[in-house]
Amino acid sequence: MWTYILRRSFQALFTLLIITVLCFLLTRYSGDPLAQYAANPRMSAEDKEALKERLGLNDPLYVQYFKWLGLAVQGDLGNSFFARQPVSEMIGQRLPNTLILMFTAEVITISLALTLGIISAVKQYTWVDNVITTFSFIGFSMPIFFSALGLLLIFAVQFKAWGLPYLPTGASVWDKSDPVEYIKNLILPVSALALIQTAGYSRFVRTSILEVLGQDYIRTARAKGLTSRGVLFKHALRNAALPLVTIVGLDIPFLLGGAIVTESIFSWPGMGRLFWEYAQRSDYPVVLGILLIISTAVVVLTIVTDVIYTFVDPRIKLG
Amino acid sequence: MATDTISTDIPAIGLETNQNPHTPGQLIWRRFRKHRMAVMGMIGFGLLLLFVVGGSYFVSEERANAVDLQARLSPPSSQYWMGTDSTGRDIFTRMIYGGQMSLIVGGTAVMISVTLGTLIGGLSGYFGGWLDAILMRFTEAMLSIPQLFLLIVLGKFVGRNMSDVTILGKTVSSSVFIVIFVIGLTSWMFLARIVRANVLSLKEMDYVAVSKSLGSSNLRTFFRHLIPNTMGVIIVSSTLGLAGAILSEAYVSFLGLGIQPPTASWGNMLTAAQTFVQQGSWWMWVFPSVFIVITILCVNLVGDGLRDAFDPRSSRHL
Repeated sequence: MWTYILRRSFQALFTLLIITVLCFLLTRYSGDPLAQYAANPRMSAEDKEALKERLGLNDPLYVQYFKWLGLAVQGDLGNSFFARQPVSEMIGQRLPNTLILMFTAEVITISLALTLGIISAVKQYTWVDNVITTFSFIGFSMPIFFSALGLLLIFAVQFKAWGLPYLPTGASVWDKSDPVEYIKNLILPVSALALIQTAGYSRFVRTSILEVLGQDYIRTARAKGLTSRGVLFKHALRNAALPLVTIVGLDIPFLLGGAIVTESIFSWPGMGRLFWEYAQRSDYPVVLGILLIISTAVVVLTIVTDVIYTFVDPRIKLG
Repeated sequence: MATDTISTDIPAIGLETNQNPHTPGQLIWRRFRKHRMAVMGMIGFGLLLLFVVGGSYFVSEERANAVDLQARLSPPSSQYWMGTDSTGRDIFTRMIYGGQMSLIVGGTAVMISVTLGTLIGGLSGYFGGWLDAILMRFTEAMLSIPQLFLLIVLGKFVGRNMSDVTILGKTVSSSVFIVIFVIGLTSWMFLARIVRANVLSLKEMDYVAVSKSLGSSNLRTFFRHLIPNTMGVIIVSSTLGLAGAILSEAYVSFLGLGIQPPTASWGNMLTAAQTFVQQGSWWMWVFPSVFIVITILCVNLVGDGLRDAFDPRSSRHL
């Protein structure tokens, strides 16, 4: 066990190193980070050159990379060129919003997916199953902006036009300290996310429950005289939930990044939108910082999920 | 019965030809046909192709890009079947040319990603050792960055210095190539892992050992035996990859990094829709989105059917 964790951690370190090199190269050269000064008439070309020199943008590439890496491992992700603020502070301000949005969406998704998946599996090939299957296939094929814009159109725009109580589009500036206002703004983005994620998850739950229901120990449990409800919840569900643990575990870090598109459509002040805003400005310290945080989370959680899995399912041996 | 077949040659031969009249391809097709949803998906996809390819014989691309500010934001009518967008371009015509663009971009991007995935996964599995270690760490690194983030960063990186290209007398915006390239480069990782796992198990097979002992080079063994035997996986994954690539194009174009207007794509038609939906121009959102969803749905259904057809043991859907 310990050798396995050690080996995986070693590999993970190497992977992370590749990630930092890759991300650094891509973001450092994705545009001029000082482009905002180009329009400034008070700033001459010499001034700009001096600024570049001072910020270390003229150093050889490997020097810039190691300088950044050296500070990053100490937790200092540098300063934004545009906002002139430490990157870690900027991320810290946005992270709670993303977490609230994603956590709510994920909880709703999992409970919906479990319910729909179980119904679908138990009533296999009935009309209920067919309806749920059709829904999940369509949802699975849906880009997030389809559900997001659709919900926006119906519940914010048309409801307002029809004189019904409507939800905010999120486009206006809202008072984030007012809990009622916060929840109102949360409803549409959460529904948009949950609608799409539920589709894939429920299909997954259905498949794994059907697989488990075909096992011998289920037949044994039934033969012992357990009710089908008892079998379903005591034996089938617990085993079927195992693969779901992996999927959710692997999805969490991706949720961290937030949905760039969802957050942009609903003007949700989260990390995804922060990334998108600063990627457009080629403000590479911010972009790089967000990439580093998300990918580190992915790498770490992958190992954690694998290890947890062996505790939950003793049949699995780590190789 | 047994003596019969021994005494006369003819029934035995007849039996053999009767028993084995199907090539593997035919068997797969037979299984595929039984999958009703998959066949529906294929028909749906065929109709879509008919729409985007056939449609271009009736209306010209100039018409798709023609701006008419007098008629901006008009709802669907007998003149504009699907309404017009914010600069008065006819959405119906743009759906045809936008669809062509989305499908071409998706298809080409998948070719790039399948080639990369097969090569990287195959080499990694076949040679093993340090090559495997390096390639797999690289694959892991790419997989650890969410795809949309990677698409944005890579799109900006590649997009800096590209100019328009002329192909077959038609000027194609450089943005098209950037999008194809970027999607192809960011979607090969899953296939690489699957191919690697497949090659790892295949290379222990007897026929590979025979092939090698008969003096086949690594290259020959690799391309004649290992790759053809992973073809099922590759075909299934590239079909599902096509759905992913069309979606990625839509996402990237939606964010304004993809195909640049006036060239239409289903994704960039939605970018404009984002602002105007809030003012009630529902048709700008409905048509591109519904077409994207139908396309992806059809491709996914076909991919699902193919997976079952190639691997009869798998009952896993989606």
